[in-house]
Amino acid sequence: MTAALGPSVFGLDPLYIGGVGWAEVLITLLKVGVAFAVLLVAVMLMIWFERKLISDMQNRIGPNLAGPFGIFQTLADGIKLFFKEDLIPEQSDRLVFKLAPYLSLVPAFLVFAVVPVGGDFNGGDGRVSLFGHETFLQVSDPPVGILLVLAMSSVAVYGVMLAGWSSGSKYPLLASVRASAQMVSYEAALGLSLAAVLLKSGSLSTNQIVFEQSVWNWNLWVTWVVPMVIFLIAATAELNRPPFDLVEAEQELVGGFHTEYSSIRFALFYLAEFMNTITMSAIVVTLFLGGPNGPDFTTVGWLSGLLWFFIKLMLFLFAFVWLRATLPRFRYDQLMDLGWKLLIPLSLGWLLVLASYDVAGDRGWNRAAAVIVMLAIMAALAGLLALALRAARQRRELDPQGGFA
Amino acid sequence: METAVFIVCAVIVLAGALGVVLARNPVHAALSLVGTLFGMAVLFLNLEAHFLAAVQIIVYAGAIVVLFLFVIMLLGVDRLEDLSVEPITGQRTLAALVGLGTFGLAVAFILSSDIGAGGHIQVLTLDITDQYSNLRQIADVLFTDYVYAFEATAALLTISVVGAVVMSRRMARKDEVQETQVDD
Repeated sequence: MTAALGPSVFGLDPLYIGGVGWAEVLITLLKVGVAFAVLLVAVMLMIWFERKLISDMQNRIGPNLAGPFGIFQTLADGIKLFFKEDLIPEQSDRLVFKLAPYLSLVPAFLVFAVVPVGGDFNGGDGRVSLFGHETFLQVSDPPVGILLVLAMSSVAVYGVMLAGWSSGSKYPLLASVRASAQMVSYEAALGLSLAAVLLKSGSLSTNQIVFEQSVWNWNLWVTWVVPMVIFLIAATAELNRPPFDLVEAEQELVGGFHTEYSSIRFALFYLAEFMNTITMSAIVVTLFLGGPNGPDFTTVGWLSGLLWFFIKLMLFLFAFVWLRATLPRFRYDQLMDLGWKLLIPLSLGWLLVLASYDVAGDRGWNRAAAVIVMLAIMAALAGLLALALRAARQRRELDPQGGFA
Repeated sequence: METAVFIVCAVIVLAGALGVVLARNPVHAALSLVGTLFGMAVLFLNLEAHFLAAVQIIVYAGAIVVLFLFVIMLLGVDRLEDLSVEPITGQRTLAALVGLGTFGLAVAFILSSDIGAGGHIQVLTLDITDQYSNLRQIADVLFTDYVYAFEATAALLTISVVGAVVMSRRMARKDEVQETQVDD
């Protein structure tokens, strides 16, 4: 396998261009180790951050006993969970019951591998020098980077689905059917809003996407805001975070798909959930806010990228907690309506508008006219959709039993 | 390296395929299918077909098998089946015959081609020329040479979705609607 022949299995990282020796293997292992450790610590801090912030928003104090400002609360909780008795329900499918937490956790880790967390994008292409070897500050840069994110989020569905099914109990099963339906539906909106970014960047590689956005050319305004809004909503639903946390609606489902889980297996689900929040925020930053892009305010080249990435990441983590403190939970039909009847058509239409703008530029047509025509087509289609929905609603009112038997 | 990856993946793929056939529990069978699909995805990666590998996971593992599991869970067929009774008479004999026939055809094909005889290997795919070749080459071929086939497939899928929706919704006839209103 020669790396000179186009993209290798390992991706586009310049580290592997001169062939793979011991140094390259060690650097890769180091990157994997660091990413793993950073993610675990980040989850610990994220749980503390969320609890502390939400208590502030609710006029409470929150965890304040373990360590300064209660910062070790998560660690204490983790140790407690670890030493609790591990229960496996009588009616469960033992093998699948044990497998499910890992199916949740592993994708959460893997997604982070394609996120460029630093590097100099002010004129550079994000390369940094690590022990005398040129490399990117991301574990891997596969040529299909962003598809890996989608693939992993579709694999994560299995964790939720199988956990609920294998518990051999009614409420987890209901919750898991609900959750997987939600995740599969919003994956479509997620992927379609992504298409706008790919159209503008012309690449699936995350490093390339960040590079295309360098020096204030952020996709947030390059794609005219709408795809990012759709992506954020779809990501929140994909993460099962409030206001889309129907998966663990306590009033209806006891505890959700992990009702029967205890001890370390429950901890794994909990870990995966918060890890997904962090990685999804990192993906939003990468796709729409230029990743580590930003004016260099330090004298050390690589530090400013890392700091910018961290600042942007915190913005979204704060916003996720804020949403949880502010918004009530959606009803199930509202959730499905929003996903299928608004987000998916809108992201498709927006792709049409962006593409027409590009094509008009290539052909030398009037760009404004092209966009206006496309918006008019979108409006007409939206009108048709609204008419169809109204007709369906009227029919339903005429015959309430006519739906699914 | 490629050979090692191929051997490991081939074992996974075959084990998964056997699991699909032999597992008594439909959910376990579906999970074995996921194992097979993952093995196939890695085989695609081994051939430097990154895009196909990703799509394999997203479409097959992420959507189709999830749908299988959905149906299994919602219809409640996730119990052990009684396999001693043949559901359709003569089905197993027929299945065995067709299976053997297909296997025979595959073997005959390999033996009659140059590959088995140690001759030259014919490359059927395009060369990898530029960095993002995978996606670009697939897109080029799909939207030029095969655009009608592509559109026809899209139309077929749309029709089948509409058909599924129509079949799953029982539309009340006019007289039925009036009856329910009288009852109220």
